Amino acid sequence: MSKRTIIPFGPQHPVLPEPVHLDLVIEDERVVEAIPSIGYIHRGLEKLVEKREFTEMVYVIERICGICSFGHGWGYCKSVEGNMGIVVPDRAEFLRTIWHELSRMHSHLLWLGLLADGFGFESLFMHSWRLRETVLDIFEKTTGGRVIFSVCKLGGVRKDIDADGLKEIVKLLAGMKAEIKELTDVFLEDYSVKNRLVGVGVLSRDEAAELCTVGPMARASGLRQDIRLDGHGAYAKLAFEPAVEEDGDCHARCKVRVRELFQSIDLITQCAESMPDGEISVPVKGSPSGEFVARMEQPRGEAYYYSIGNGSKFLERMRVRTPTNMNIPAMVKTLQGCDLADVPMLILTIDPCISCTER
Amino acid sequence: MSEEKHLMQEIIPIEVSELLDRVQDMKEAGYRLGQLCAAKAGGQFHLLYSFDKDCALTNLKLPVKDGEPIPSITGVYWPAFIYENEIQDLFGFQFKHLALNYNGKFFKVAEPTPWNPKQKEG
Repeated sequence: MSKRTIIPFGPQHPVLPEPVHLDLVIEDERVVEAIPSIGYIHRGLEKLVEKREFTEMVYVIERICGICSFGHGWGYCKSVEGNMGIVVPDRAEFLRTIWHELSRMHSHLLWLGLLADGFGFESLFMHSWRLRETVLDIFEKTTGGRVIFSVCKLGGVRKDIDADGLKEIVKLLAGMKAEIKELTDVFLEDYSVKNRLVGVGVLSRDEAAELCTVGPMARASGLRQDIRLDGHGAYAKLAFEPAVEEDGDCHARCKVRVRELFQSIDLITQCAESMPDGEISVPVKGSPSGEFVARMEQPRGEAYYYSIGNGSKFLERMRVRTPTNMNIPAMVKTLQGCDLADVPMLILTIDPCISCTER
Repeated sequence: MSEEKHLMQEIIPIEVSELLDRVQDMKEAGYRLGQLCAAKAGGQFHLLYSFDKDCALTNLKLPVKDGEPIPSITGVYWPAFIYENEIQDLFGFQFKHLALNYNGKFFKVAEPTPWNPKQKEG
């Protein structure tokens, strides 16, 4: 009879960019149960609404995460704008969509690099991050920042991108397509990569639905679930269909993110080609006094932003629910029954962001 | 694709006694649990349960009192254990029949129940 052993995994581990702890109950080499615990980097950022005016909170919310910071800023603005009935100009919505899709590319390229690093393919890791630099260069040129750029504000955006700038972005991204294809062909077709990912950590469609999974994790299990379908930002005016795969394994999660890289290039190109003229922001008058729940499709999945105002300059509550929060139950489920050697791959393909989760 | 779904806000006030039935109804109607959070507004605590179906958002708003145990919805939506444990740790509310209870050890906070300091004295 096999003997049960508990192996502590994390909070510090080579494949974990951020601290999360798992107690892995194993029999021989097979995981029979995984018990997660978080809280190592809880910063209490939501609590800062008591000390920062609602116009300043956008800077705090952007700092929840260094990868999807623009999306967090936009989500916060969307919630407070909804709360105050502010109608953002179309041009600002298109610009926000461009920066948000660039952030998705930045996140997915970073993730591909981490995955490659996780299975020991160092040159693939370096190529992924080399391509990511082009995206960061676009951020720097258009906003002045590479990671956190504070370009989103209540009522619109702070900076515009002129016609020449848009043309240059489209040209740069068109040039990247061939390089991304060359890179992602290795992720999708290489024998050694497939050996680590195909058939590992399978989450069926029914399980993904039952566990309320979000983002690429849900779409890789066949769920057509993407908050960009609700028509916020410029998405209602763009041709868009979520990338959905059916296999539900680590390879399918990789495929979804690869397809989303090309999809983001397409969405940015559509935005640049149909960019409306006009203002990039409207003045914000008064203070929020109601409540509003806004949602965003972050690179890792659906995020919630719930704001409550009381008519003063300080919000009573700002709640942020990030995608990893909702994917932890699915991670626990898929770890059950997997080989101990597959645990790092499985955790990586969920693309957990613990900074986001703990805020 | 709807242009207006992101602006739709349905927030339905409910009582503790009807919580589990309402949540069960949402599950049977095919809704996905989006999130659950606690908040204090106007001196009164409440929980907000958010559900999604085809990008349409429905929220159930439950007023709660300090010290009043709240029925856990983990029997209907198991992933809610994440939120209920978070609320226990940050707000000090207790959930009855919580499927996976970390007993205040889910978040490692410097001081107990930071969002509801009154609980510290009790």
